[in-house]
Amino acid sequence: MSALSWSSVFFAVVRREVSLSMKQKGEVLTPLFFFVVVTSLFPLGIGPESALLLRMAPGVLWVSALLAAMLSLQRLFAVDYADGSLEQMALSPAPLVLLVLAKALSHFILSGLPLVLMAPILGLQFGLEGRALGILMLSLLLGTPTLSLIGGIGAALTLGVRGAGVLLSLLILPLYIPVLIFGAGAVEADAAGLGAGGHLSLLAALLVLSVFFAPLATTAALKISLE
Amino acid sequence: MLDVSQLKCVRGERPLFDGVGFRLESGKLLFLRGANGAGKTSLLRILCGLSPAESGQILWNGQPIAELGEAYRQDLFYLGHHNALQEALTVNENLSFYATLAGAVPSLAETSHALSQLGLRACQNRLVRHLSQGQKRRVALSRLLLTRAKLWVLDEPFVALDHAAIELLANLIAGHLSQGGLAVITSHQSVTIGTQTPQVLELRA
Repeated sequence: MSALSWSSVFFAVVRREVSLSMKQKGEVLTPLFFFVVVTSLFPLGIGPESALLLRMAPGVLWVSALLAAMLSLQRLFAVDYADGSLEQMALSPAPLVLLVLAKALSHFILSGLPLVLMAPILGLQFGLEGRALGILMLSLLLGTPTLSLIGGIGAALTLGVRGAGVLLSLLILPLYIPVLIFGAGAVEADAAGLGAGGHLSLLAALLVLSVFFAPLATTAALKISLE
Repeated sequence: MLDVSQLKCVRGERPLFDGVGFRLESGKLLFLRGANGAGKTSLLRILCGLSPAESGQILWNGQPIAELGEAYRQDLFYLGHHNALQEALTVNENLSFYATLAGAVPSLAETSHALSQLGLRACQNRLVRHLSQGQKRRVALSRLLLTRAKLWVLDEPFVALDHAAIELLANLIAGHLSQGGLAVITSHQSVTIGTQTPQVLELRA
Protein backbone atom coordinates (compact mmCIF):
# COMPACT_ATOMS: atom_id res chain seq x y z
CA MET A 1 0.00 0.00 0.00
CA SER A 2 1.39 3.36 -0.98
CA ALA A 3 1.74 6.44 1.19
CA LEU A 4 -0.98 8.07 -0.89
CA SER A 5 -3.59 5.47 -0.04
CA TRP A 6 -2.44 5.55 3.58
CA SER A 7 -3.34 9.20 3.76
CA SER A 8 -6.67 8.53 2.06
CA VAL A 9 -7.37 5.84 4.67
CA PHE A 10 -6.47 8.32 7.41
CA PHE A 11 -8.83 10.96 6.08
CA ALA A 12 -11.56 8.41 5.38
CA VAL A 13 -11.57 7.54 9.10
CA VAL A 14 -11.64 11.20 10.12
CA ARG A 15 -14.43 11.91 7.63
CA ARG A 16 -16.43 8.95 8.89
CA GLU A 17 -16.15 10.06 12.51
CA VAL A 18 -17.06 13.64 11.73
CA SER A 19 -20.05 12.75 9.57
CA LEU A 20 -21.18 10.30 12.25
CA SER A 21 -21.23 12.97 14.91
CA MET A 22 -22.97 15.40 12.58
CA LYS A 23 -25.77 12.85 12.47
CA GLN A 24 -25.68 12.23 16.20
CA LYS A 25 -25.16 15.76 17.43
CA GLY A 26 -25.90 14.81 21.01
CA GLU A 27 -22.54 13.13 21.27
CA VAL A 28 -20.69 16.34 20.55
CA LEU A 29 -23.05 18.57 22.50
CA THR A 30 -23.27 16.51 25.70
CA PRO A 31 -19.60 16.90 26.76
CA LEU A 32 -19.71 20.54 25.71
CA PHE A 33 -22.78 21.29 27.83
CA PHE A 34 -21.23 19.33 30.66
CA PHE A 35 -18.20 21.62 30.43
CA VAL A 36 -20.39 24.73 30.43
CA VAL A 37 -22.56 23.59 33.33
CA VAL A 38 -19.73 22.41 35.57
CA THR A 39 -17.68 25.57 35.12
CA SER A 40 -20.79 27.70 35.71
CA LEU A 41 -21.56 25.92 38.97
CA PHE A 42 -18.34 27.10 40.60
CA PRO A 43 -19.07 30.85 40.61
CA LEU A 44 -22.56 30.03 41.88
CA GLY A 45 -21.25 27.85 44.67
CA ILE A 46 -18.39 30.04 45.76
CA GLY A 47 -20.15 33.37 45.59
CA PRO A 48 -19.18 36.70 44.12
CA GLU A 49 -15.70 36.93 45.54
CA SER A 50 -13.89 38.00 42.43
CA ALA A 51 -10.32 37.62 43.72
CA LEU A 52 -10.96 34.02 44.74
CA LEU A 53 -12.72 33.19 41.47
CA LEU A 54 -9.93 34.69 39.45
CA ARG A 55 -7.40 32.63 41.36
CA MET A 56 -9.37 29.42 40.79
CA ALA A 57 -10.37 29.97 37.20
CA PRO A 58 -7.58 28.12 35.34
CA GLY A 59 -7.79 25.08 37.59
CA VAL A 60 -11.57 24.86 37.43
CA LEU A 61 -11.65 25.23 33.66
CA TRP A 62 -8.93 22.66 33.18
CA VAL A 63 -10.44 20.08 35.54
CA SER A 64 -13.82 20.49 33.81
CA ALA A 65 -12.12 20.03 30.45
CA LEU A 66 -10.53 16.77 31.64
CA LEU A 67 -13.87 15.45 32.85
CA ALA A 68 -15.65 16.53 29.67
CA ALA A 69 -13.03 14.72 27.57
CA MET A 70 -13.57 11.56 29.66
CA LEU A 71 -17.29 11.60 28.85
CA SER A 72 -16.80 11.09 25.13
CA LEU A 73 -13.79 8.79 25.40
CA GLN A 74 -15.87 5.76 26.33
CA ARG A 75 -17.43 5.74 22.91
CA LEU A 76 -14.17 6.16 21.03
CA PHE A 77 -13.89 2.48 20.10
CA ALA A 78 -16.92 0.94 21.84
CA VAL A 79 -19.43 1.29 18.98
CA ASP A 80 -17.01 -0.01 16.36
CA TYR A 81 -16.09 -2.86 18.67
CA ALA A 82 -19.72 -3.87 19.19
CA ASP A 83 -20.73 -3.87 15.52
CA GLY A 84 -17.60 -5.57 14.21
CA SER A 85 -16.20 -2.54 12.37
CA LEU A 86 -13.11 -2.51 14.58
CA GLU A 87 -12.27 -6.06 13.47
CA GLN A 88 -12.56 -4.97 9.89
CA MET A 89 -10.28 -2.02 10.54
CA ALA A 90 -7.72 -4.30 12.20
CA LEU A 91 -7.88 -6.60 9.16
CA SER A 92 -7.53 -3.84 6.60
CA PRO A 93 -4.16 -3.59 4.86
CA ALA A 94 -3.57 -0.16 6.41
CA PRO A 95 -1.67 -0.27 9.70
CA LEU A 96 -3.97 -0.14 12.71
CA VAL A 97 -1.81 2.53 14.30
CA LEU A 98 -2.75 4.90 11.48
CA LEU A 99 -6.44 4.31 12.12
CA VAL A 100 -5.91 4.87 15.83
CA LEU A 101 -4.20 8.18 15.15
CA ALA A 102 -7.08 9.20 12.89
CA LYS A 103 -9.54 8.29 15.63
CA ALA A 104 -7.63 10.39 18.16
CA LEU A 105 -7.56 13.34 15.77
CA SER A 106 -11.31 13.06 15.23
CA HIS A 107 -11.84 12.90 18.97
CA PHE A 108 -9.87 16.10 19.37
CA ILE A 109 -11.80 17.84 16.57
CA LEU A 110 -15.15 16.78 18.00
CA SER A 111 -14.57 17.09 21.71
CA GLY A 112 -11.38 19.06 22.34
CA LEU A 113 -11.77 21.87 19.83
CA PRO A 114 -15.29 22.88 20.97
CA LEU A 115 -13.92 23.23 24.51
CA VAL A 116 -11.07 25.43 23.28
CA LEU A 117 -13.56 27.69 21.50
CA MET A 118 -15.95 27.78 24.43
CA ALA A 119 -13.29 28.43 27.11
CA PRO A 120 -12.91 32.22 26.68
CA ILE A 121 -16.62 32.80 27.18
CA LEU A 122 -16.58 30.73 30.35
CA GLY A 123 -13.36 32.39 31.47
CA LEU A 124 -15.18 35.71 31.46
CA GLN A 125 -17.46 34.42 34.22
CA PHE A 126 -14.40 34.15 36.41
CA GLY A 127 -13.16 37.61 35.51
CA LEU A 128 -10.23 36.45 33.38
CA GLU A 129 -9.09 39.12 30.96
CA GLY A 130 -7.82 39.30 27.40
CA ARG A 131 -4.29 38.09 27.83
CA ALA A 132 -5.14 35.36 30.35
CA LEU A 133 -7.99 34.15 28.13
CA GLY A 134 -5.58 33.90 25.21
CA ILE A 135 -3.15 31.82 27.22
CA LEU A 136 -5.98 29.64 28.53
CA MET A 137 -7.09 28.93 24.96
CA LEU A 138 -3.55 28.23 23.84
CA SER A 139 -2.95 25.85 26.74
CA LEU A 140 -6.20 24.02 25.97
CA LEU A 141 -5.31 23.88 22.28
CA LEU A 142 -1.99 22.23 23.12
CA GLY A 143 -3.38 20.08 25.93
CA THR A 144 -6.67 18.63 24.66
CA PRO A 145 -5.09 16.64 21.77
CA THR A 146 -2.87 15.00 24.39
CA LEU A 147 -6.01 14.13 26.36
CA SER A 148 -7.51 12.44 23.29
CA LEU A 149 -4.32 10.52 22.55
CA ILE A 150 -3.71 9.28 26.09
CA GLY A 151 -7.42 8.64 26.59
CA GLY A 152 -7.35 6.32 23.58
CA ILE A 153 -5.13 3.91 25.50
CA GLY A 154 -7.69 3.68 28.30
CA ALA A 155 -10.61 3.39 25.89
CA ALA A 156 -8.85 0.50 24.12
CA LEU A 157 -7.94 -1.26 27.37
CA THR A 158 -11.47 -1.14 28.76
CA LEU A 159 -13.22 -2.36 25.58
CA GLY A 160 -15.87 -4.94 26.30
CA VAL A 161 -15.33 -4.67 30.06
CA ARG A 162 -18.30 -4.20 32.36
CA GLY A 163 -18.30 -0.86 34.14
CA ALA A 164 -15.88 0.41 31.54
CA GLY A 165 -16.72 4.06 32.23
CA VAL A 166 -15.56 4.12 35.83
CA LEU A 167 -12.55 1.95 35.11
CA LEU A 168 -11.59 4.24 32.26
CA SER A 169 -11.62 7.26 34.60
CA LEU A 170 -9.51 5.45 37.18
CA LEU A 171 -6.97 4.44 34.56
CA ILE A 172 -6.73 7.66 32.66
CA LEU A 173 -7.24 10.54 35.08
CA PRO A 174 -3.90 9.93 36.86
CA LEU A 175 -2.19 10.06 33.47
CA TYR A 176 -3.81 13.43 32.83
CA ILE A 177 -2.12 15.02 35.84
CA PRO A 178 0.93 16.43 34.00
CA VAL A 179 -1.32 18.01 31.37
CA LEU A 180 -3.49 19.50 34.11
CA ILE A 181 -0.51 20.91 36.03
CA PHE A 182 1.11 22.57 33.06
CA GLY A 183 -2.18 23.62 31.48
CA ALA A 184 -3.58 25.36 34.52
CA GLY A 185 -0.08 26.47 35.51
CA ALA A 186 0.41 28.36 32.26
CA VAL A 187 -2.34 30.85 33.08
CA GLU A 188 -1.23 31.22 36.70
CA ALA A 189 2.42 31.70 35.76
CA ASP A 190 1.50 34.45 33.36
CA ALA A 191 -0.66 36.14 35.98
CA ALA A 192 2.29 35.99 38.39
CA GLY A 193 4.46 37.69 35.80
CA LEU A 194 6.68 34.65 35.19
CA GLY A 195 5.61 34.17 31.59
CA ALA A 196 3.70 31.17 30.27
CA GLY A 197 6.39 30.13 27.79
CA GLY A 198 7.86 27.34 29.87
CA HIS A 199 4.53 25.75 30.65
CA LEU A 200 3.33 25.95 27.07
CA SER A 201 6.57 24.42 25.79
CA LEU A 202 6.16 21.53 28.20
CA LEU A 203 2.55 21.04 27.05
CA ALA A 204 3.82 20.96 23.47
CA ALA A 205 6.48 18.44 24.45
CA LEU A 206 3.84 16.24 26.09
CA LEU A 207 1.81 16.46 22.89
CA VAL A 208 4.74 15.42 20.72
CA LEU A 209 5.55 12.51 23.01
CA SER A 210 1.96 11.28 23.08
CA VAL A 211 1.54 11.63 19.30
CA PHE A 212 4.43 9.22 19.01
CA PHE A 213 3.83 6.76 21.83
CA ALA A 214 0.10 6.76 22.64
CA PRO A 215 -1.09 5.31 19.28
CA LEU A 216 1.39 2.45 19.64
CA ALA A 217 0.11 1.63 23.11
CA THR A 218 -3.51 1.99 21.96
CA THR A 219 -2.90 -0.35 19.03
CA ALA A 220 -1.38 -2.98 21.30
CA ALA A 221 -4.34 -2.68 23.68
CA LEU A 222 -6.85 -2.95 20.81
CA LYS A 223 -5.19 -6.11 19.53
CA ILE A 224 -5.55 -7.67 22.97
CA SER A 225 -9.20 -6.62 23.19
CA LEU A 226 -9.94 -8.10 19.77
CA GLU A 227 -8.51 -11.54 20.50
CA MET B 1 -2.46 -21.40 -1.28
CA LEU B 2 -3.37 -21.75 2.37
CA ASP B 3 -1.46 -24.31 4.37
CA VAL B 4 -2.44 -24.93 7.98
CA SER B 5 -0.73 -27.45 10.20
CA GLN B 6 -0.96 -28.66 13.78
CA LEU B 7 -3.14 -25.79 14.93
CA LYS B 8 -4.03 -25.77 18.60
CA CYS B 9 -6.44 -23.40 20.26
CA VAL B 10 -7.09 -22.93 23.96
CA ARG B 11 -9.92 -20.78 25.29
CA GLY B 12 -9.56 -19.98 28.95
CA GLU B 13 -8.42 -23.24 30.51
CA ARG B 14 -10.24 -25.43 28.02
CA PRO B 15 -8.52 -26.78 24.91
CA LEU B 16 -10.86 -26.21 21.97
CA PHE B 17 -9.08 -28.16 19.29
CA ASP B 18 -5.66 -29.58 18.66
CA GLY B 19 -3.76 -30.87 15.65
CA VAL B 20 -6.02 -29.19 13.10
CA GLY B 21 -4.49 -29.01 9.66
CA PHE B 22 -5.55 -28.66 6.05
CA ARG B 23 -4.26 -27.50 2.73
CA LEU B 24 -6.36 -25.37 0.42
CA GLU B 25 -5.30 -24.85 -3.18
CA SER B 26 -6.36 -22.02 -5.47
CA GLY B 27 -9.92 -22.36 -6.67
CA LYS B 28 -10.92 -24.59 -3.77
CA LEU B 29 -13.52 -24.29 -1.07
CA LEU B 30 -13.31 -25.51 2.51
CA PHE B 31 -16.44 -26.18 4.50
CA LEU B 32 -15.85 -26.02 8.21
CA ARG B 33 -18.29 -28.11 10.20
CA GLY B 34 -18.79 -28.88 13.84
CA ALA B 35 -21.28 -28.61 16.67
CA ASN B 36 -21.86 -25.35 18.51
CA GLY B 37 -18.83 -24.58 20.61
CA ALA B 38 -16.51 -26.79 18.59
CA GLY B 39 -14.38 -23.76 17.77
CA LYS B 40 -15.35 -22.91 14.20
CA THR B 41 -15.37 -19.17 14.77
CA SER B 42 -12.17 -19.39 16.81
CA LEU B 43 -10.46 -21.22 13.97
CA LEU B 44 -11.59 -18.58 11.46
CA ARG B 45 -10.33 -15.78 13.68
CA ILE B 46 -6.98 -17.52 13.99
CA LEU B 47 -6.86 -17.92 10.22
CA CYS B 48 -7.36 -14.18 9.88
CA GLY B 49 -4.69 -13.40 12.41
CA LEU B 50 -7.14 -11.77 14.81
CA SER B 51 -6.49 -14.27 17.61
CA PRO B 52 -3.23 -16.05 18.23
CA ALA B 53 -3.08 -19.84 18.10
CA GLU B 54 -1.62 -21.71 21.05
CA SER B 55 0.66 -23.51 18.64
CA GLY B 56 0.78 -24.48 14.99
CA GLN B 57 1.49 -22.80 11.71
CA ILE B 58 -0.48 -20.99 9.04
CA LEU B 59 1.24 -20.42 5.72
CA TRP B 60 -0.10 -18.24 2.93
CA ASN B 61 1.72 -18.98 -0.33
CA GLY B 62 4.45 -20.63 1.71
CA GLN B 63 5.03 -17.80 4.19
CA PRO B 64 3.77 -17.46 7.77
CA ILE B 65 0.87 -15.01 7.92
CA ALA B 66 2.33 -13.13 10.89
CA GLU B 67 5.40 -12.27 8.81
CA LEU B 68 3.35 -11.29 5.79
CA GLY B 69 1.21 -8.87 7.82
CA GLU B 70 -0.11 -6.20 5.49
CA ALA B 71 0.45 -8.33 2.37
CA TYR B 72 -1.72 -11.09 3.85
CA ARG B 73 -4.44 -8.70 4.94
CA GLN B 74 -4.50 -7.33 1.38
CA ASP B 75 -5.42 -10.83 0.16
CA LEU B 76 -7.93 -11.52 2.90
CA PHE B 77 -11.62 -10.80 3.20
CA TYR B 78 -13.25 -11.73 6.49
CA LEU B 79 -16.87 -11.44 7.45
CA GLY B 80 -17.85 -12.60 10.90
CA HIS B 81 -21.16 -12.82 12.74
CA HIS B 82 -21.36 -9.07 12.86
CA ASN B 83 -22.22 -7.18 9.74
CA ALA B 84 -19.64 -4.51 10.57
CA LEU B 85 -21.91 -1.74 9.38
CA GLN B 86 -22.16 1.58 11.14
CA GLU B 87 -25.90 1.96 11.75
CA ALA B 88 -25.98 5.74 11.67
CA LEU B 89 -24.39 5.98 8.23
CA THR B 90 -25.95 5.24 4.86
CA VAL B 91 -25.31 2.09 2.88
CA ASN B 92 -23.15 3.98 0.41
CA GLU B 93 -21.10 5.66 3.11
CA ASN B 94 -20.40 2.32 4.74
CA LEU B 95 -19.36 0.66 1.50
CA SER B 96 -17.13 3.47 0.32
CA PHE B 97 -15.44 3.60 3.72
CA TYR B 98 -14.53 -0.07 3.45
CA ALA B 99 -13.40 0.33 -0.13
CA THR B 100 -11.01 3.08 0.97
CA LEU B 101 -9.77 0.94 3.86
CA ALA B 102 -8.95 -1.84 1.42
CA GLY B 103 -6.91 0.62 -0.62
CA ALA B 104 -9.31 0.77 -3.54
CA VAL B 105 -10.62 3.90 -5.13
CA PRO B 106 -14.31 3.77 -4.31
CA SER B 107 -16.33 4.41 -7.45
CA LEU B 108 -20.01 5.09 -7.13
CA ALA B 109 -20.78 3.06 -10.25
CA GLU B 110 -19.10 -0.04 -8.82
CA THR B 111 -20.90 0.32 -5.53
CA SER B 112 -24.31 0.71 -7.09
CA HIS B 113 -23.64 -2.23 -9.40
CA ALA B 114 -22.78 -4.39 -6.40
CA LEU B 115 -25.87 -3.25 -4.55
CA SER B 116 -28.21 -3.80 -7.47
CA GLN B 117 -26.84 -7.34 -7.86
CA LEU B 118 -28.03 -8.02 -4.33
CA GLY B 119 -31.33 -6.28 -4.91
CA LEU B 120 -30.48 -3.27 -2.78
CA ARG B 121 -30.39 -0.57 -5.39
CA ALA B 122 -33.16 1.40 -3.73
CA CYS B 123 -31.40 1.30 -0.37
CA GLN B 124 -28.20 3.06 -1.42
CA ASN B 125 -28.85 6.27 0.44
CA ARG B 126 -30.81 4.87 3.32
CA LEU B 127 -29.39 4.63 6.80
CA VAL B 128 -28.32 1.13 7.72
CA ARG B 129 -30.37 1.50 10.90
CA HIS B 130 -33.56 1.52 8.80
CA LEU B 131 -32.85 -1.75 7.00
CA SER B 132 -34.10 -5.18 7.98
CA GLN B 133 -31.79 -7.87 9.35
CA GLY B 134 -31.64 -9.67 6.02
CA GLN B 135 -31.01 -6.46 4.12
CA LYS B 136 -28.12 -5.57 6.44
CA ARG B 137 -26.60 -8.98 5.82
CA ARG B 138 -26.97 -8.39 2.08
CA VAL B 139 -25.21 -5.05 2.37
CA ALA B 140 -22.36 -6.68 4.28
CA LEU B 141 -22.13 -9.39 1.63
CA SER B 142 -22.19 -6.89 -1.23
CA ARG B 143 -18.66 -6.05 -0.14
CA LEU B 144 -17.68 -9.39 -1.68
CA LEU B 145 -18.35 -7.85 -5.07
CA LEU B 146 -16.11 -4.90 -4.31
CA THR B 147 -13.13 -6.69 -2.84
CA ARG B 148 -10.17 -7.99 -4.77
CA ALA B 149 -9.10 -10.32 -1.97
CA LYS B 150 -8.11 -13.86 -2.95
CA LEU B 151 -9.04 -15.58 0.30
CA TRP B 152 -12.59 -15.27 1.56
CA VAL B 153 -13.19 -16.28 5.16
CA LEU B 154 -16.90 -16.24 5.87
CA ASP B 155 -18.50 -17.12 9.18
CA GLU B 156 -22.09 -18.29 8.71
CA PRO B 157 -22.66 -16.18 5.60
CA PHE B 158 -26.06 -17.74 4.86
CA VAL B 159 -27.69 -16.77 8.14
CA ALA B 160 -30.63 -14.35 7.87
CA LEU B 161 -30.75 -14.64 4.08
CA ASP B 162 -33.79 -15.69 2.04
CA HIS B 163 -33.66 -18.41 -0.63
CA ALA B 164 -32.95 -16.05 -3.48
CA ALA B 165 -30.09 -14.42 -1.60
CA ILE B 166 -28.60 -17.77 -0.60
CA GLU B 167 -28.52 -18.79 -4.24
CA LEU B 168 -27.00 -15.46 -5.21
CA LEU B 169 -24.29 -15.80 -2.61
CA ALA B 170 -23.56 -19.38 -3.63
CA ASN B 171 -23.11 -18.20 -7.21
CA LEU B 172 -20.90 -15.39 -6.04
CA ILE B 173 -18.64 -17.81 -4.18
CA ALA B 174 -18.61 -20.21 -7.13
CA GLY B 175 -17.57 -17.34 -9.41
CA HIS B 176 -14.80 -16.40 -7.01
CA LEU B 177 -13.50 -19.98 -6.94
CA SER B 178 -13.57 -20.27 -10.72
CA GLN B 179 -11.29 -17.25 -10.89
CA GLY B 180 -8.75 -19.02 -8.73
CA GLY B 181 -9.93 -17.65 -5.40
CA LEU B 182 -10.09 -19.56 -2.14
CA ALA B 183 -12.88 -19.66 0.40
CA VAL B 184 -13.25 -20.97 3.93
CA ILE B 185 -16.84 -21.10 5.10
CA THR B 186 -18.74 -22.26 8.13
CA SER B 187 -22.40 -23.05 7.75
CA HIS B 188 -25.07 -25.08 9.45
CA GLN B 189 -27.10 -25.18 6.28
CA SER B 190 -26.02 -27.41 3.43
CA VAL B 191 -25.67 -25.25 0.37
CA THR B 192 -24.42 -26.40 -3.00
CA ILE B 193 -21.74 -24.10 -4.29
CA GLY B 194 -20.79 -24.49 -7.93
CA THR B 195 -20.09 -27.94 -9.27
CA GLN B 196 -17.07 -28.93 -7.23
CA THR B 197 -17.22 -31.04 -4.09
CA PRO B 198 -15.84 -28.87 -1.31
CA GLN B 199 -13.23 -30.03 1.15
CA VAL B 200 -14.83 -30.59 4.53
CA LEU B 201 -13.15 -30.19 7.88
CA GLU B 202 -15.01 -31.48 10.88
CA LEU B 203 -14.10 -29.97 14.24
CA ARG B 204 -14.74 -32.04 17.33
CA ALA B 205 -14.60 -30.67 20.80
